[in-house]
Amino acid sequence: MNTAETIITRATPGAGRTVIGVSRFGDRAFEWLTLLMAFSIFVLIALIGFELFRGATPAIRKFGWHFLVSGTWNPVDGVFSALPFIFGTLVTSAIALLLAVPLSIATAIFLTELAPLWLRQPLIIFIELLAAIPSVILGFWGSYVMVPWLHIHIYPLLRSTLGFLPFFQGQDSGPCILSAGVILAIMVIPIITSVSREILRSVPGLQREAAYALGATRWEVTRIAVLSYAKRGLFGAVILGLGRALGETMAVTMLIGNVPYIGLSVFKPGQTLASVIANEFTEAITRLHTSALFEVGLVLLGVTLVVNALARLLLITFAGPSVKPQN
Amino acid sequence: MNSVHVLPAAVAPHQTMEQKSTNAALAVRNLSVFFGTNEVLKRVSLDIASNAVTAIIGPSGCGKSTFLRSLNRMHELNPEARMTGEIRLFGDDIYASIVEPVIVRRRVGMVFQKSNPFPTMTISENVTVGLRLNGVRDKKILTERTEQSLRMAALWDEVKDRLHAPAISLSGGQQQRLCIARALAVQPEVLLMDEPASALDPLATSKIEDLILELKKNYTIVIVTHNMQQAARASDFTAFFYLGELVEFGATTKIFTSPSQKRTEDYVTGRFG
Amino acid sequence: MQVVAFICAVLVITPLLLVFYHLTKLGFSSINLAFFTQLPRAVGETGGGMGNAIVGTFILLVEAAVIGVPIGVLGGVFLSEYAAVSVSWWVRFGADILNGVPSIVWGLVVYALVVVPMHGYSALAGGIVLGLMMVPMVMRATEEVLHLVPGGYREASLALGISKWRTILQIVVRTALRGIVTGVLLALARVAGETAPLLFTAFGNPYWPRNLTQPVAALPLQIFDYAYSPYDDWRRQAWAGALVLLLLVLFINISVRVLTRERWGAKP
Repeated sequence: MNTAETIITRATPGAGRTVIGVSRFGDRAFEWLTLLMAFSIFVLIALIGFELFRGATPAIRKFGWHFLVSGTWNPVDGVFSALPFIFGTLVTSAIALLLAVPLSIATAIFLTELAPLWLRQPLIIFIELLAAIPSVILGFWGSYVMVPWLHIHIYPLLRSTLGFLPFFQGQDSGPCILSAGVILAIMVIPIITSVSREILRSVPGLQREAAYALGATRWEVTRIAVLSYAKRGLFGAVILGLGRALGETMAVTMLIGNVPYIGLSVFKPGQTLASVIANEFTEAITRLHTSALFEVGLVLLGVTLVVNALARLLLITFAGPSVKPQN
Repeated sequence: MNSVHVLPAAVAPHQTMEQKSTNAALAVRNLSVFFGTNEVLKRVSLDIASNAVTAIIGPSGCGKSTFLRSLNRMHELNPEARMTGEIRLFGDDIYASIVEPVIVRRRVGMVFQKSNPFPTMTISENVTVGLRLNGVRDKKILTERTEQSLRMAALWDEVKDRLHAPAISLSGGQQQRLCIARALAVQPEVLLMDEPASALDPLATSKIEDLILELKKNYTIVIVTHNMQQAARASDFTAFFYLGELVEFGATTKIFTSPSQKRTEDYVTGRFG
Repeated sequence: MQVVAFICAVLVITPLLLVFYHLTKLGFSSINLAFFTQLPRAVGETGGGMGNAIVGTFILLVEAAVIGVPIGVLGGVFLSEYAAVSVSWWVRFGADILNGVPSIVWGLVVYALVVVPMHGYSALAGGIVLGLMMVPMVMRATEEVLHLVPGGYREASLALGISKWRTILQIVVRTALRGIVTGVLLALARVAGETAPLLFTAFGNPYWPRNLTQPVAALPLQIFDYAYSPYDDWRRQAWAGALVLLLLVLFINISVRVLTRERWGAKP
């Protein structure tokens, strides 16, 4: 008997004989299956890029670089430019960050440094649940509850106190750039807060102790030892929030007024890259219109990818790959 | 292409007369193991006697765990592992290219330092997992084998009324004996034990040692231990490793009372460790 | 300083409370049996419900799970159990990129891939887009959970002569099952609330779903449609729909938290 047969017949009178090579097949097949599934990621990325480019090609060919800068979006005349939407996206995101960042970081500080222990977990859960609210529900609530309230109580106040600034001039009808910015702020607060919390928690205790040892007060400890150490990470959290804000569609669409606009007043209705696609795609009749919307999608994707990559870079160089941003 | 499983009609006697003779259970010749460029074991040769307990001793990092794992090809879990030399299990070359590590491991079982019963399974499910996941479905055989293995691991009386309790509800010492039962259930010919009692209290440890002395009647046992008293108590043969080399190998009484190598003597008398 | 931070924290959770309050106040009264079992009535008629949207969402979620779970879980298995460090880094990087793609862009892509060749909107397209969105989420979650399974179990299983693939499926994955289910549920909750990608894939439908090749209603889509409408009755139902959707999403999130807390213990 050669070695192979000896091994088979002698193998485990207790556990059963096994034909050689069988487990090798099972292992190989399973490994290949899982590899294929994992590599679907690359297939999906390629598909996204490919389909967007393909859809956008007619518009790219027709408008070239003017698409990004010329400023007129007129489906009727067949003239398309994404500039008003780039503007709207940037402005609403800027408003959202201006409102959300101080609130989020203060809340993160509260959660990590100041809050009594029994309060922390419930608060954290609340904030994570806030993140789970679907965009359309926030948009709906925003439309019928928040915006009328802002329109009646807040905007006139802004106009009367800050109306000398060009930002707060002009009448509003409720849905406007500022309203969209506010709802976006509500939507990005959870992610900025939770990532900031992780960042602050990862600041080594030694930093704090050293500051206390030097006689600093609690706030000084927070400001000097913790915040300045965590600067880069916190900045990364903010950029991550920006990435989320850029891609937001439904709540923005419902609150922004849906008119292409470039100008200084935040009380005017506007349009973002995402909201114009949501609004016009199913109604687009001409091939060029559809293609222009695909190109808007391409611009949106590009901007979002760059911003997200930047955020991750900041977070990794700060804290190492251990900090995991939630999506 | 499914595994073909054939079971003898009755539980076969574990050892044939031939195997009970002076055949070495495991014959190791010029075994060298490399992890990448690091030579962890250097040309080790020895014979592991059947139906006896062989202890592997030596200071940390001497390669004893690697040696143990090379006996059931578990060192191959490290993707950078390479070996040269030969190991024969009752005459069969376990590193022959046609041999699946899976088959070797069914003939050479292993118990680990940290007991690891599978947490999602009951006590009896743990015992029979090696059988079930290799295709054995016959309930009768599974039940018989469960009782048999738990008796051999000196655990039966303690758990016979709660075979369906979760395995993790057992104490540390019981869990380790459960792992031994689990390993025995597939009826290996050799049982490898990597510091099996080092995480246990003295009472549980002595139960394990008593168990080992019982088990050697039917199995060949190789045990790695850093506890020299344990080696002296429980083993028939001892191999002393140092920095990847086999320094001395012989009957336990000889190694501990009159070793021929100075390094051996220094280690067993505690001059270094 | 302490006061300021506390006030900020309160401000932050206020929207959640307000949303919940208003949805309940405005929507609760409209939740009745008719809401769940009837179709939307024509404009001007009162009554009717969102039964079709609820069934539609359910159908879309099943489709999404069929696509997202096998690919995501098996991909996660690859990342955790087989992949070399460099390979898994790239796959993870790619998954993170996919997780950052705006959902409306996903809608555009699946429109081009499925709706155009099929010459029409369909439940199939809607399920596909939600399923594809789930893949990177489930994959990352599965990988993380599998990493947490101690190596000792794999070793013990292999030492029993159990083959690697069986070890992975029947020991490792089984040990991590609760975590994997959690990851899947969270991903489902995420896509259940998505509207944008459905705008031009599933599209919406005032009738009961009949087959996968027709456009289908979905709860978030219906809410969006009704929210814009000038008819009080439809708006009233939109509140109810929003409340139902919110409860569904929150329920999944909370149960997931309860499940995982039992196991690992809460840590603020």
